[in-house]
Amino acid sequence: MSKLTINCSPHIVSPVDTRSMMRDVIVALIPAAIAGLYFFRTKALTVIICSVLGCILTEAFLQKIRKKPVMINDYSAFLTGILLALVLPPAIPLWMAFLGGVFAMSLGKDIFGGLGYNIFNPALLARAFLMAAFPVALTTWTAPITLDTITTATPLGLAKFAHTVTPYSQLFIGSVGGCVGETSAIALLIGAAYLFYKKVIDYRIPASYILTVTVFVAITYFISPAKYVPPVFHLLAGGLLLGAFFMATDPVTSPVTKKGRWVFGIGCGIITMTVRLWGGLPEGVMYSILLMNACTPLINRATRPRRFGAVKGKKSK
Amino acid sequence: MKSLTFKGGIHPRYNKDISIREPLKEAGLPDKVVIPLSQHIGAPCQSIVKKGDIVEEGAFIGKSDSFISGFVHSSVSGKVIDVKKTDHPSLGLTLSVIIERDKAAKPKVYSEVNIAGLSSKDLIDKVRQAGIVGMGGAAFPTHVKLSVPEGKKIETLIINGAECEPFLTCDHILMIKNTEEILKGIDLVINILKPIRTYIAIEENKKAAIFAFLKAIRKAPDLAVSKINVVSLKTKYPQGGEKQLIKAITGREVPPGGLPMDIGCLVQNVGTVKAIYDAVFLNKPLTERVVTVSGDAVGKPGNYIVKIGTTIKELLEKSGINLAKEPKKIIAGGPMTGFAQVGMDAPVVKGTSGILFFSESYTKVFSEGNCIKCAKCVDVCPVNLSPTEIMKAVSKEKLEKVEELFVSDCMECGACAYVCPARIPLVHYIKEGKEALRKKAK
Repeated sequence: MSKLTINCSPHIVSPVDTRSMMRDVIVALIPAAIAGLYFFRTKALTVIICSVLGCILTEAFLQKIRKKPVMINDYSAFLTGILLALVLPPAIPLWMAFLGGVFAMSLGKDIFGGLGYNIFNPALLARAFLMAAFPVALTTWTAPITLDTITTATPLGLAKFAHTVTPYSQLFIGSVGGCVGETSAIALLIGAAYLFYKKVIDYRIPASYILTVTVFVAITYFISPAKYVPPVFHLLAGGLLLGAFFMATDPVTSPVTKKGRWVFGIGCGIITMTVRLWGGLPEGVMYSILLMNACTPLINRATRPRRFGAVKGKKSK
Repeated sequence: MKSLTFKGGIHPRYNKDISIREPLKEAGLPDKVVIPLSQHIGAPCQSIVKKGDIVEEGAFIGKSDSFISGFVHSSVSGKVIDVKKTDHPSLGLTLSVIIERDKAAKPKVYSEVNIAGLSSKDLIDKVRQAGIVGMGGAAFPTHVKLSVPEGKKIETLIINGAECEPFLTCDHILMIKNTEEILKGIDLVINILKPIRTYIAIEENKKAAIFAFLKAIRKAPDLAVSKINVVSLKTKYPQGGEKQLIKAITGREVPPGGLPMDIGCLVQNVGTVKAIYDAVFLNKPLTERVVTVSGDAVGKPGNYIVKIGTTIKELLEKSGINLAKEPKKIIAGGPMTGFAQVGMDAPVVKGTSGILFFSESYTKVFSEGNCIKCAKCVDVCPVNLSPTEIMKAVSKEKLEKVEELFVSDCMECGACAYVCPARIPLVHYIKEGKEALRKKAK
């Protein structure tokens, strides 16, 4: 008899591994990417390619010089690349998209120790960096299909600065100005449905995030319908759906406890709407998630589940 | 019938159909038996035989003065050829009595005896003399469990037929084949403990066993068991864990570090109850048990009545069990909590519910990836722990943190390690953490 394998129990494992989880998220982003390619044509394609290349090459390079195994086949760098591309304007200069990828992997992930150790969502951190470094490029928008360059013409911008509400049907389909992958609500919802079907994400963060936004906007709209726009608009416009289903649910940077996920989603919702309604910028999804990322360790500590068998208020050894 | 359950847990592939199709068979008698003197939680027994002694089937070979211990009997008639340290399926090298079977000796026949007039104390003593231990795997001496201290009252008795470990079907087949004996055994336990409520709890994937009990209970109106409830449980691992079972049925939680009796509950495995029947009605000590032989390397998986002390090697040889593929891993117990074996020399002991043979399709060695904090381990933990945080605290050797995360509450069910997408051996880290805390306490 040949040598027997000896290891600690359990001796069976779930078929789901890190790689398959990452792959599922990438698959779930395909509808949004297709919508982006349809509305923004080659511009979307080149942005995606440059951002993904920036991520993969940087990750491989950094792992190589740190003499760590090169793990680009775990799809995580690829996923960050796609996520970053989907939150960039279609007309962004390609070198900036590439630079965003480099930033996401180096200062967004690797500097913390690599996969699993980063505090902030790398794609969003890279976007925040680009936003600070190149504000004009990050707010120059492209009209869908015609690819005309337009300024401050995203639905959120129009609502905020011109008080014009874009028709819901356009927001639903995505034929509006905006980032590569954020415009089509229907494509994002299809992707989200796939994530739930595959049990890759938990419902708590998106549910509490979207509910908070709805309640928040409903209250403001109820108080002053002339000044504010209806809740449905805020759900469909901008990066809320992409953020709630694909960014805020990033396991690495969101709480591990169930109660914590509710807190995280509510926090994201409040910050998003504060920025959108009263801040200087039309959109607040990115900052809300990054700020809540920073709170995650604290949320984890504060929401530890009750010890099994322990009675509330009674200390037990 | 509504199925009950607990929070958390996992749904692995059960693979139970492969071994339940075959009828329950007697394993072939081994040429020699290796009987460890420690097959239970508590003090090991002292050997009361020595090399050269002739022993009869059912005779004592190991005893202990300690109350928390389980007596050991010879499972065959024959000659003691050695008392030495040998492989144990879960404890490593352990002092064992090795007996060469006398091939001319007839197997001992047990017949039902009159038990009228026996008090609870007499019944518990019979259980002790028969060396009965918990047969679900933990092997805690049963007479200790039945001796409820003054001041404690058992209100709820739960008979555990959940059998939530994948591959194992030994309890399932026992519940179908020995339904009446189990009911008579439960009747004895009820007489000892006088509980207010008694439940037989079975996972819903064992419908045949549920129906067998419902039918048998109707046919036995004279027994105390006529008033017991058969409850169906959701098929989910670790449904058969003592705390999970109590939670599912009563909604109550055993306090940390406490015992089920602290909340008026007591759980007995169906195999243990059958052994209690044997001990009391037949004067038969615990010298054999049902063992599931399964796994993808076994040609025809099935269940066998095996003499305690039969080595894995002889179990295969004498029972004509063919290995269809070369085994790369042999496990004593179930795949979630069982012990990987170094070879085939370890014997079947009282707590061995199964021997599993796995080919290389089950032995893929995974490299441990980075934790991505997906919290799957937190979601499935049936006792509300955070295995990922424990793992990190253990690897950073932060012992206070390990303690603060209640590592002692972990029963090592393995659900966390099963779901971990980064293939982190969380149970290994947890065991390491417990060991480090034990060392520190010294």
